[in-house]
Amino acid sequence: MKLVVAYIRHEAFEPIRMELLELGFPSMSITEVKGSGRQKGITEQYRGSSLTNYLRPKIKIECVVASGDVQTIVDSILRHARTGSIGDGKIFVIPVEQSYRIRTGESGEETLQSHPDAAAAV
Amino acid sequence: MKRTTIICASVMALVAILLLPTVASADTMDAHGPTQLNSMGINSVWVIVAGVFVMFMQAGFAFLEIGFSRGKNAGTVVAKVLMNFSIAGIMYWAVGFALAFGAGNLWGHTGFFLHDFGDPQKAFPIMGLSDATVEAKWFFQFVFCAVSLAIVWGTTLERIKFGVYAIYAVIFSAVIYPVASHWVFGGGWLQSNLGMQDFAGSTAVHLIGATGALAVLLHLGPRRGKYGPDGRPRAIPGHNMPLFGLSIFILWFGWFGFNPGSTLNALDGRFTEVVVTTQLAACAGVLTAIATSRVLMKTIDIGMAGNGAIAALVAITAGSGYVVPWAAVVIGAVAGVLVVVAVLAIDKKLDDPVGALSAHGLAGIWGTLACGLFTNPALARYNAVGEAGLVYNGSFHQLGVQALGVAVVFAFVFVLSYVVFGVIKATYGLRVSAEEEDAGLDISEHGMYGYPEQFIPAPELIGVGSIQRPIGASAAPGLSPTGVPA
Repeated sequence: MKLVVAYIRHEAFEPIRMELLELGFPSMSITEVKGSGRQKGITEQYRGSSLTNYLRPKIKIECVVASGDVQTIVDSILRHARTGSIGDGKIFVIPVEQSYRIRTGESGEETLQSHPDAAAAV
Repeated sequence: MKRTTIICASVMALVAILLLPTVASADTMDAHGPTQLNSMGINSVWVIVAGVFVMFMQAGFAFLEIGFSRGKNAGTVVAKVLMNFSIAGIMYWAVGFALAFGAGNLWGHTGFFLHDFGDPQKAFPIMGLSDATVEAKWFFQFVFCAVSLAIVWGTTLERIKFGVYAIYAVIFSAVIYPVASHWVFGGGWLQSNLGMQDFAGSTAVHLIGATGALAVLLHLGPRRGKYGPDGRPRAIPGHNMPLFGLSIFILWFGWFGFNPGSTLNALDGRFTEVVVTTQLAACAGVLTAIATSRVLMKTIDIGMAGNGAIAALVAITAGSGYVVPWAAVVIGAVAGVLVVVAVLAIDKKLDDPVGALSAHGLAGIWGTLACGLFTNPALARYNAVGEAGLVYNGSFHQLGVQALGVAVVFAFVFVLSYVVFGVIKATYGLRVSAEEEDAGLDISEHGMYGYPEQFIPAPELIGVGSIQRPIGASAAPGLSPTGVPA
């Protein structure tokens, strides 16, 4: 099991979510985060003085999948989040020790599987 | 006792001396005829008060657009409304008023810069029925022009370049609005030769604005993300329904200047009857819009309730001086249904964030046509324009005139605006870049945010000063944690 963490532009999220849903990976969490990297800050002008804002808003996606599925997720993110400009973001893949489904108490990789009808139900 | 009497007497003597010049000039006024001067004063006060009501509608349009925009596009609306209102003021003084209300059949040609127009009865013949001063009438008609211009931009929110406002505002308030409104209620051919009825501007103000809105929208296209890959419309919710609600009440308030003020006359008391028709139509529109929303959308949509009020007010604008109260209820009720149905239908193909095409365009057309149905014979005679509507005399004549007027005005404004926006698009450009649209117009067009705390992380806003003590920590030796000396 792996945790895929990706920091992406806001506008890249919706295409990624739609594709992962179609591929059968509806489970994810997202957070609206602010961060800095190579991308320049935004300078705000306010009544003659300015304030440079180095932290830019990004979307953070977290998604735990079976090790064999990591490449599918990563490919989808690379495909939709890349504009070629600085600020497209990063993807990290992190090992996961164990997972539990709280409702049933079952554990292991089967807890990662979506309900067979999940994609169709949407 | 005696001293009090003396003091009283001196005070009264002083008052008498102070009043002397007033009494003296009252004598001069008498020489010019007191009745005429009084009516001029009273009518001018009414026209200016009504004009100030209508001016306040700018705040209504600003909040309506702000409420229906996302938070990243809130501040730009403030700058836009201020600039448009001011451009319209200068242009309408220089050119617009003369074209709109000067003497002439196709356009007016007297009174440019309000300068040297001679006898106001000859220079502005259509408004000669009222003896309010020319300055009062200028202000009143200018705020109408500003309302019409404000309506244009309802379809363009969240993606248009700021400079486009300035370019089109000059052309609109100098040429497009004045010429078209001259035909409808400035004494031009639609009104004088054909007898088209439009009391306060369902066509002349609201349809003209909405037609400009349609022309710019066809060039501009929808906001990014409005239509999914399958072409189905998606909601882009506005960020502030309470501000939207405030805007509806401000506009409703302003309409009590818009329609009743169009009498340009307070002395015959007609304006109070116009208040009644205006109010009844708006009430009916809110109720039918809520009912229609409940039936079609299975929910009572807050925005639709407000759109119902606006559509009904737009619809009664033409008929407010021509119809009796029961007809006002019918006109408003139909507008309330129409606006909900139209917003849902238009949204499938055209991205109109505030529903300007429905609430001002279609409701304006309906209101203008409604005169052809419901105009009361006595009121048609009283206003000396056109004849009674279908329900009174069974004749389709007035309805035909109204339909022709709507078609002519729509065609004129649409063609001119479509060309102007086409030229702007080819030279200056209409739309911001995709990146700027995603970032929001506040930061990309103005370099600042409408709501900075939403966009700048708190640590950066607090800044780079030396580390502060937490609140409640000892501020200085000898002070307790609450700041009270120990």
